[in-house]
Amino acid sequence: MTQAFNIERRRRAIHGWLLLSPALLMLTAFAFYPSLATLVTSLWSRGTRRNPSEFVGLENYRYLFDDPTFWQVAGNNLIYALVTIPVSMMLALMMALWANSKLPARSFIRTAYFTPTVLPMIAAANLWLFFYTPSFGILNQIGAAFGAAPVNWLGQPETALWAICVVTIWKEAGFFMIFYLAALQTIPPDLKEAAEIEGASRWTYTRRIVLPLLMPTTLFILVNAMINSVKLIDHLFILTKGGPSDSSKLILYYIWENAFAYFDRPSAAAMTVLVLALMGALAAFQFLVLDRRVHYR
Amino acid sequence: MIRYIEPAAAILLAILWISPLVFAFWAAFHDVSDAVNFRLTAPLTLDNFRTAWAGAPWLGYFLNTFVLVTLILAGQFLLCTLAGFAFAQTEFRGRDALFILVLMQLFILPEVLIVENYRVAASLGLLDSILGIGAPYMASAFGIFLMRQAFKSVPKDLDEAARVEGCGTLGVLWRVYVPAARPTYLAYALVSVATHWNNFLWPLIVTNSPSTRPLTVGLSLFGAPESGVDIAVISAATVMVIAPLLIGFLIFQRQFVQAFLTAGVK
Repeated sequence: MTQAFNIERRRRAIHGWLLLSPALLMLTAFAFYPSLATLVTSLWSRGTRRNPSEFVGLENYRYLFDDPTFWQVAGNNLIYALVTIPVSMMLALMMALWANSKLPARSFIRTAYFTPTVLPMIAAANLWLFFYTPSFGILNQIGAAFGAAPVNWLGQPETALWAICVVTIWKEAGFFMIFYLAALQTIPPDLKEAAEIEGASRWTYTRRIVLPLLMPTTLFILVNAMINSVKLIDHLFILTKGGPSDSSKLILYYIWENAFAYFDRPSAAAMTVLVLALMGALAAFQFLVLDRRVHYR
Repeated sequence: MIRYIEPAAAILLAILWISPLVFAFWAAFHDVSDAVNFRLTAPLTLDNFRTAWAGAPWLGYFLNTFVLVTLILAGQFLLCTLAGFAFAQTEFRGRDALFILVLMQLFILPEVLIVENYRVAASLGLLDSILGIGAPYMASAFGIFLMRQAFKSVPKDLDEAARVEGCGTLGVLWRVYVPAARPTYLAYALVSVATHWNNFLWPLIVTNSPSTRPLTVGLSLFGAPESGVDIAVISAATVMVIAPLLIGFLIFQRQFVQAFLTAGVK
């Protein structure tokens, strides 16, 4: 009896592995192996025809840390994250509160907020080009109506990164809104009635009851927004190409540039390793800290 | 008075939010000099679309994108169904450790691994092919997770009943689990198609000929300053590219939003 049971169990285990193998094969080829290969590449020098690639230890990292452009790009990305994450999350919350309340034209409002989410980033960049172009851009025409001097939004270091941030916020806020909206709809209406009976103002109700209940959603969105602040760079290709003088260049764009425009794979690999380490820390944060709190759902 | 402020602000923000889109639509149907000078009464024209259509092999790009999203979806359905089922309903040693390893891929973005993924694609002979664009996305950790959750909620009785009837493991999967997870498949399909219709960086790297380029890459080349087309024509091309997905979204809005939620809320 136990032997039959054992055979059955072994049969099921083999089935399990067989079912998994295609996915594992693909994950190995396009996630696990490349991650390790990136680490290896980052430790070897850039091979040329005369000097074959050789093991250089952390030399590529030192070279990277001596590169002022790297620090500028890292700083840009930090600003990008610190601006787009809070602004798009706050807008998302506001949009969700509005889309969930009994306002007129609610379905129009919802659609309008969400629509940018389904557009490709490249298309979004093309749309915004119309706003930013120096000679006839919409922003400058509006400015001119108020007597402001024209600004070359994408062409000067002071404004280029901000222009990039605006497009990202525009694209992301509506996406995050739907998560808040879903969470808002799970809050029982009696809570609101109870608060009204107690004489709590709408602001107190929102701050004391709604926001704490939305905390798990907020953390979930936060992790996604952090990942996106590395990932969302497509619009750079259309709007600024990282310029002028690297003022709007972000890490992933710089990785792409190093690897496919300058053909400097080792430094691209070293940067990738740093980004992966950051992502790993984020993953650990999510699994070890957030999941414990979020699980009460 | 105060109670009109909030609806007004909400509607104002909504108008602000779709204004780039509305403006591009308007500009696409007007002559460029009318468009940049906001002549609201200017006559409509389809010239921009004619110019844009003649300027690049759009039909091919559309076809490539269509083949690409279909291929990725088919690959994801197959791989994630099998793997999700293995994680949900089979038991073997090391399963949970393996699951965590798979979840790691949620954070190892294919976008970040472009340098080495390019070499892998090259060594597999996948450069400049639609399969090469799709391959890194097929075994998606996210999809595996999603299918595992869906399969876990299938009652065990149904599974056992099917086995008593003589179904093998794959038979049970096909007859019991896949039909039960239909809503999850629909949600996953919508998210996957929307994501890969819009994806840009990896396709840009892998492709280098019109016969494989998807729409997003085609659009970025078309709008490049070197190509010398004016902004009304760029608007027309952009409108053309986003129209299918946008129309689909407006028709199936409820399903779309629901799909993103199912896919996002863990």
